[in-house]
Amino acid sequence: MKVNWFKFAAPANFYPVAGWLVSVFAVLAAAAILIGLYWGFFETPSVLGGTNPQKEYYRIIFIHVPAAWMSMWLYLVLAGWCAIGLVFNTRLSYMMAAAVAPTGAIFTFLALWTGALWGRPSWGTYWDWDPRLTSELILFFLYLGYIALHSAIDDTRRADKAAALLAIVGLICVPVIFWSINCPDPTQCAALHQRSSLSQMESNILSSMLIMAFGFWMYSFAAAFARLRGIILEREADTAWVQELATKEARR
Amino acid sequence: MGRAFLSLLRRDITLAMRRRTDVLTTLFFFVIVVSLFPFGVGSEQQILRQLGPGVVWVAALLASMLALERLFAADYEDGTLEQLLLTRHPLSLLVLAKVTAHWLLTGLPVVLIAPLIGMQYYLPETAIVAMMLALLVGTPVLSLVGAIGAALTLGLRGGGILLSLLILPLYVPVLVYGAGAVTAAFTTPAESQPYFYLLGAFLVLSLILAPLASAAALRISLE
Repeated sequence: MKVNWFKFAAPANFYPVAGWLVSVFAVLAAAAILIGLYWGFFETPSVLGGTNPQKEYYRIIFIHVPAAWMSMWLYLVLAGWCAIGLVFNTRLSYMMAAAVAPTGAIFTFLALWTGALWGRPSWGTYWDWDPRLTSELILFFLYLGYIALHSAIDDTRRADKAAALLAIVGLICVPVIFWSINCPDPTQCAALHQRSSLSQMESNILSSMLIMAFGFWMYSFAAAFARLRGIILEREADTAWVQELATKEARR
Repeated sequence: MGRAFLSLLRRDITLAMRRRTDVLTTLFFFVIVVSLFPFGVGSEQQILRQLGPGVVWVAALLASMLALERLFAADYEDGTLEQLLLTRHPLSLLVLAKVTAHWLLTGLPVVLIAPLIGMQYYLPETAIVAMMLALLVGTPVLSLVGAIGAALTLGLRGGGILLSLLILPLYVPVLVYGAGAVTAAFTTPAESQPYFYLLGAFLVLSLILAPLASAAALRISLE
């Protein structure tokens, strides 16, 4: 079967598809998050580690780690759609980018917030200038910058392009910022590597965390598509098909 | 192409020299911000020595940002910028000329006044030399990266505040290594060498990429 993908690059054609996709991804997200939470809360050990064990509070990783993953992944998605928009000049890509940004910002904030809640019992402090925390904070600022620039420009075409350029500049800077914070002293770079290995985790914890990550990913799809539908309607409000849709809705 | 670069550079510097207050305000802003800190945190030698490198760098970031708003604004208002876009010379080269002028007027004075600031903060001689060098390599990066933000926020309401939100996160690497170089030079100057290599790498990277990005941003803003 041959599908003409560019057909769906037109907002009018993608709008009904997005509506269908929202419900599919919402169901998947709800199912995965329910399973993941149940598994994470009831099927995993309640104490973790040897000499200085983590108690029940370690379960925050079922929210924290997936949120942190999604925050980084969604920035890549955002910059990807921005790049596609700048290259092919397709309106829908910019709308997609604008729809993804708030979800990404929310996940970044969630990762920071849950990280603080975890840090209090285990490190004794809500905030520490740890490399990971700091680079996550910078990522949050980058999301805010994108959203702020986009909403500050009234002309949508200019807003889309300017914010897209900013997202791509940010993307180049993210690894640089990450390494500069991760390794503030270049002479001792090797000693500072802090890495956690997925293979060393207990299998129940790992599976429920991965299911939660999948659930969050599906949620991102659902939220982005729902927001996209709103953005499409707003921007295409003057076109015939939206007017038609509105009269049809009104008659119902 | 070289002639276009030089003539634009000369024009920008001449224009700025006719209105010297603009240049001097940035410099005095830097000096005042740095001098305010001892009032806030106390004038103990040990504390100031520790804070010095970071304070100087943060003040340098803010001063460079304050001046960025004016980088393209005047040319945008009187239409010169549009004419620049229409010339046959590559826009990134012209942007580079404007950024160079901007750095000569705001970055270089900060580098030159750094020793005085260093003495205010009881920094040892080796650290003062390192601070001048680090500022010399680091402030051009600030101007180059900042130009992207200045081009993106051209002619917007509240552009200045927005500019800080966009650009300050991108300044973090320069801040980390710039301040790190000064601190490392407290005892032995040789220890700050890796920091200078990294700052130099940032400079080269931004020298190549930032004018291209700023040129693209200007095209978007003036479309």
